[in-house]
Amino acid sequence: MLLTNIEIIPGKRITKHLGLVQGSSVRSKHVGRDIMAGLKNIFGGELKGYTELLQESRDEATERMVAQAEAVGANAVLNIRFSTSSIAVGAAEIFAYGTAVVLE
Amino acid sequence: MLDLIVFLVLLTLGYGFGRRAESQHYKSIIAREKQLQSIPAVGMKVPPLARPYTVTLVCGNVVISVDYFKRFLAGLRSLLGGRITSYESLLDRARREAILRMKEQAAGMGAKLIFNVQLTTASLTRGKRGGIGSVEVLAYGTALIE
Repeated sequence: MLLTNIEIIPGKRITKHLGLVQGSSVRSKHVGRDIMAGLKNIFGGELKGYTELLQESRDEATERMVAQAEAVGANAVLNIRFSTSSIAVGAAEIFAYGTAVVLE
Repeated sequence: MLDLIVFLVLLTLGYGFGRRAESQHYKSIIAREKQLQSIPAVGMKVPPLARPYTVTLVCGNVVISVDYFKRFLAGLRSLLGGRITSYESLLDRARREAILRMKEQAAGMGAKLIFNVQLTTASLTRGKRGGIGSVEVLAYGTALIE
C-alpha cells in the first residue's frame, strides 16, 4: 500500500479511482498522564505522554484508512490529510482521509 | 494568604524551569536544524526532479506546554491587547520541532527531499479553564527517496 500526500505519482498511471477513504480514532489520556501534564503546565516543556498518545492514535487512524482502502481493492492512497479536533475536554479525535486509487 | 504564597511559588517555579526548558530546547533545535539542512522540506506539490524515485509519507508531531509564568503573562497581556510573545515562542518551538522530527524520520529512510509539507496545529486544552496551555503541531509531507 502506497501512502502519500501528493495527488499524482510521476511515472505511474492511475487506472481506477475508488473515492474517499477515511479512518478516525478518538482517544483520551489516562489519569497518570493527565497528572504529569498538569505538572508540565507549571514548568513548561514537551508533554511526551501526549505526543505518544497522539502519534498512536494517528497510526491507528491511518491503519483504519488503509483497511478501508484494501477493502475496496486499492493499492495506493493519495492526497492524504490529517486533522485533529478536541471533541471534549481531555479527548482528541484524529482523522485521516485520502483518495483510494489503483495504480498500474 | 496561603493562596498568594502558592501562586507566587508556582510563578517562580514556572519562570525558572520554563526559561531553562525553553533555552535548552532552542539550543537543541538550532543544532539539529544544522544537522538536517541537507534534507530540505518544501511546500511545492511537484518535486523538481525528473529522475525516477519512490515516495512515502513521513510525519512528525509534538505537544508542547507553556509554563505557569508565561500563561500568567499572557493573561495580563490579553487585558491590554497586543502581541503575546510567550505564545509566539511556544508555537515557533512546536512547529520547528515537528518539522525536525519529520526530517529525522525521512533521514532514517535515506530521503533526499520532503515536499508538499503541511502543518496542522491543534489546541488540546480547548474548553478548559486557562485557554491555550498546550498545543500539538503535526508536520507531514512526502519524502522522496532516490
